[in-house]
Amino acid sequence: MTTPAMVMQLHPPGMRGRRLSRNAVFSAGLSGVGLAGVLNLASSSWRWAEFVVLGVVFALVFVTGASWAVEGRRKAIDRLVSNIVVSAFLVALAPLALVVYFTAVRGIPHFSATFFTHSLAGVPPSERGGGIAAAIQGTVEQVFLATLISVPIGLLVAVYVTEYGRGVFARAIRFLVDVMTGIPSIVAGLFIYTFLVIGLHQGFSGFAGSLALSILMLPVVIRSAEEMIALVPKAYREASYALGVTRWRTIVSVVLPTAKGGLVTGVMLAVARVTGETAPLLLTAFDNNYLNANPFKGQQSSLSLVVYTQAQQAYQPAVERAWAAAATLILIVIGLYVVARLLTRRSAFRHG
Amino acid sequence: MTTRTGELPDVIASSARRKANGDAVFRGLTLLAGAFVLLVLAAIAVFLVVKSLPAFGHDTKSFWTTFEWLPDNSPAIFGVAALAFGTALSAVLALVMAFPVAVAVALFISDYAPRRLARWLGYITDLLAAVPSVVFGLWGLFWLVPHLTPLQHWLADNLGFIPLFADSESVTANASRSIFAASVVLAIMVLPIISAIAREVFQQVDPGLKEAALGLGSTRWEMIRTAVIPPSKGGLAGATILGLGRALGETIAVALVLGSSYAVNFQVLIPGKNTIAANIASQFGEAGPIGRPALIASGLVLFAMTMAVTLVARWIIYRAGAVERSAVA
Repeated sequence: MTTPAMVMQLHPPGMRGRRLSRNAVFSAGLSGVGLAGVLNLASSSWRWAEFVVLGVVFALVFVTGASWAVEGRRKAIDRLVSNIVVSAFLVALAPLALVVYFTAVRGIPHFSATFFTHSLAGVPPSERGGGIAAAIQGTVEQVFLATLISVPIGLLVAVYVTEYGRGVFARAIRFLVDVMTGIPSIVAGLFIYTFLVIGLHQGFSGFAGSLALSILMLPVVIRSAEEMIALVPKAYREASYALGVTRWRTIVSVVLPTAKGGLVTGVMLAVARVTGETAPLLLTAFDNNYLNANPFKGQQSSLSLVVYTQAQQAYQPAVERAWAAAATLILIVIGLYVVARLLTRRSAFRHG
Repeated sequence: MTTRTGELPDVIASSARRKANGDAVFRGLTLLAGAFVLLVLAAIAVFLVVKSLPAFGHDTKSFWTTFEWLPDNSPAIFGVAALAFGTALSAVLALVMAFPVAVAVALFISDYAPRRLARWLGYITDLLAAVPSVVFGLWGLFWLVPHLTPLQHWLADNLGFIPLFADSESVTANASRSIFAASVVLAIMVLPIISAIAREVFQQVDPGLKEAALGLGSTRWEMIRTAVIPPSKGGLAGATILGLGRALGETIAVALVLGSSYAVNFQVLIPGKNTIAANIASQFGEAGPIGRPALIASGLVLFAMTMAVTLVARWIIYRAGAVERSAVA
């Protein structure tokens, strides 16, 4: 395979005209940033946003200008695009860094023993105290039930689509699973509200919440399981058939165990996604300041609902609780995500 | 010996029958699960329609053209027009902001970053998608909105001649909970979705095409412009529309960031306007006997909008994928 590096070797520097040295590029960029700094100092007050934006723009212009003068138009445009692409990547990472940073800084200082062991029962928004015990319990129960519902169904659908399904129906299912990923989470909540809460007169409950969550989880589980099952080499299946093992036994005892690592990762990513969902729970679990251990009866709280309701209060103590609950939520979700990724790395399944 | 040879086929036959039964049962089970997906989608549509009907008996004006949302007044006045408008406006604005950055991020990971680093960078951008929307909402409300105010002032002062940024009296100092602010949050949230698909699309490009471009002496940008972008156009369009679907349905972040009102205008810097999803989230708790069916009716409109958008997106992606595979093979 030809790599850019090999192309470089085919055209040694002597043949490619004058090139801007790394130092020259660096000083051109730095003088751009410097100019932005000087302009900002000349104005009445120091403004970070203005400095960063102008600095990047000036640096881009200076580097491109220098490159144009020395290396010509084509190389200058190439440099400009490379620099824009790298800047855009940093721009995209900035919100992630800002969200995680501010949630940690504003939330973690309000962690306390009380915060994790008490519910919000009887705590007015204007006063400190209370905590997320009921919320954590609700989230754990709802997500656990949702996982219990969507994983078996999801695996079966994935097996159908990859192993059994032929023809129009299988293609339709595959397509509909893709479409299902596009269901807005609030619509999933509305559906369970119309179907279970008022349709079957079950009232609000944690279980209603977990049904709404499993609608959102199902397509994610199916998609990732499909991918993982498709990665299992055909030779494994053929070896199993050759030993006289039937198709379904082959799937259950050869294909699925081989894909296990990937399947677990997929499920964990799906769990991470629904753990932070708020909108569907708002219409199904309906929040509860009091501890309710029974997910099948009565309103239940969840971490995301606490963040939402406390954030809307006009009192500082409530907003502090919102940040602290958000920090807890982000720790759980990002923790799940990182563990899932580390698992794939360890049990990564690579075959031709 | 003779009896045994007589028995053997029988044993095999019965075991084969048992095996075939097991197979049929398992196959049926998976088929059932597949049909369940279809059933759920159909049930969503049916239940939303049936349970929104009670709202329409009390509807005094047209659901499609009324701007107000006062379903529990008597007489009830409510319409989805202002909400649908706000939904579309915020989603489109979010896409305009997210698309260039998302494509650049995808290009960075597929064609600029060192290959060993690329996978990890992909994981990190995916992490952005893992941040719960309520956390984005919280951050948007308490950090982004205050920090966006100077930018909104600047836009109103300097670009006010563009109708979008037109400065009516009320781009005030502390209230920038505008469609613009909501769109910035939405843009951050759809960015990882668009860039993840764009990344896949770019990585599907035939390496032979890229090498040919480089071999002819192209710079990296010329290689991207001539070999990577043209075969990826379909996939990029699909990715964008998929992002649009996600932006249309996003609820909690918008509900927290946007200061709601039922106005219809293109001035994105003034506080207010609302989206269907955010309206459901904020009104549901206190809605009454007509209010809830009315919210369900608006949810049905949202469901139809997002399904239409997602169907188009998937169709484009499927078609583009097929074209690329046949081009390579």
